[in-house]
Amino acid sequence: MSVLVVVECADGEVKKSSLEVASYGAEVAAMLGTTATAIAVGEATEANLATLGEQGITKVLYDAEPRLKDFVNNAYTKLIATAAEQEQAKVIVLANSNIGAAVGSRLSVRLKASLATNVVELPKVNGDQFVVRRGAFSGKAFSDVVLSGDRKIIAVKKNSTEAKHEAGKSAEVTSFSAQLADADFADAPTQVVMQEQTGGVLLPEAELVVSGGRGMKGPENWSLIEDLAKALGAATACSKPVSDVDWRPHHEHVGQTGITVSPNLYIACGISGAIQHLAGVNSSKVIVVINKDPEAPFFKAADYGIVGDVFDVLPKLTAAVKELG
Amino acid sequence: MKFLVCISNVPDTTTKITFTPDNKEFNKAGVQFVINPWDEYALTRAIELKEAAGGTVTVLNVGEADTEPNIRKALAIGADDAIRVNAAPKDAFFVAEQIAAVAKEGAYDVILMGKESIDYNGFQVHGMVGEMLSIPTVAPAMKLDLSGNTATLEREIEGGKEIVTVNTPFVASCQQPMCEPRIPNMRGIMTARTKPLKVIEPVGEAPRTEVTEFMLPPKKQGVKLIPAETAGDLIKLLRNEAKVI
Repeated sequence: MSVLVVVECADGEVKKSSLEVASYGAEVAAMLGTTATAIAVGEATEANLATLGEQGITKVLYDAEPRLKDFVNNAYTKLIATAAEQEQAKVIVLANSNIGAAVGSRLSVRLKASLATNVVELPKVNGDQFVVRRGAFSGKAFSDVVLSGDRKIIAVKKNSTEAKHEAGKSAEVTSFSAQLADADFADAPTQVVMQEQTGGVLLPEAELVVSGGRGMKGPENWSLIEDLAKALGAATACSKPVSDVDWRPHHEHVGQTGITVSPNLYIACGISGAIQHLAGVNSSKVIVVINKDPEAPFFKAADYGIVGDVFDVLPKLTAAVKELG
Repeated sequence: MKFLVCISNVPDTTTKITFTPDNKEFNKAGVQFVINPWDEYALTRAIELKEAAGGTVTVLNVGEADTEPNIRKALAIGADDAIRVNAAPKDAFFVAEQIAAVAKEGAYDVILMGKESIDYNGFQVHGMVGEMLSIPTVAPAMKLDLSGNTATLEREIEGGKEIVTVNTPFVASCQQPMCEPRIPNMRGIMTARTKPLKVIEPVGEAPRTEVTEFMLPPKKQGVKLIPAETAGDLIKLLRNEAKVI
């Protein structure tokens, strides 16, 4: 019996959300009196995988099959299912990412496991009872869910748990093969296209986010948002009306029908704070609202606020960040 | 081409969420229910593809009789017929079992649904259905084109997209910018009344998960306002007080 952690890698590095998942898995293993093994997917290096020891992982399984570099749903599912059988995993932990959700749902059927996605904290384990807390109603609520059965799969929401770092600890990296055949790669992507990210920060994984709404008055003014984001090392985001009129790409749309984020800091510029938008951001740790309308509903959900013109306030904030150094 | 579009009945996006006194269920009192916004992409795209290359669009909902107004709405938007599995959707696995059974029985070629429902946010059903039927799943899909039996999809990945080609049958979970969701017109509303809506009983095993309690997020302490003239002070507060930068 063990806990199996699915670790996503890109360009040789372990993704930040997977470091969180690794720590989560190690803590669940400790609760259950066992150890945590990781199965790595994507392009990884042995040296980087060994550092997963810092998150409490004992052993890392890695299949160097080159076609696993990009996400292939069938192949990834078979790889992880094979590892789960070999390790007799009772609990499988993965990130609530596009990969994690796609694979986790298939795995739950294949391994006859119960599945909870969007999980925001460690489970409560009481004898046979296994309860997880997850986000529901698109950020407007949480629910406690009992996972039944012998095997459980947990997909952990990004930025909701912290990655621990215990310097110097190293995991044993073992080569692993799921004997994947050509048929397992039938749904492989024919092409992968990556977008430019502001300052190289991915919005779903970002700790700091600067977001703009209709109050920015047009896409030509987005340099104000980008300048502050770059100075902070933050990702950029927007409200639904902004992506609806194509001022910004839809993958930046934060809200009930866009993505929900939970960064440490969310700065909303010229966004009034409709209930659908708040749903996407209200699990942010600190919310700053800048709006010239003192009655904007967003101020009620904010920790800090500035009643003022974004065109006047944003350059001042950028300058103040640069002064901090 | 036979399209099966799975829709859920969810509280309108403007709904303020409350629960029953024991916190075990969502409080439906006075709440307007709509077709899950993500499912609207699946529905409209299926209708567009049918109009372009022929076929039928069947709408499927797992729900009790109170979901029928939204099933009729989907028919008014342009689906040809509908099936309602007469059961409250207990969990994702239960719903996936119902969809897989209907899809198998009807030999559907393309099974579409929204990325996730805005109430339970499971983002699970697509993969479960694909696995139950041993067919590919593409999730979440931002673009879907069909040429004969071959579909080309754009799948969103963190920071980019993949182009994926699959043959029918397959499952895709849909999101923007796949299409501009349609709204019903008068003619659609009139014809929807007489389109077939079949009610069937659920199949399958017991659900694997159970909600024991719902809760609302903690309330904010109140906003601290900084004058616009000294906006730069905010940055100092974020570093020294909130300690987030």
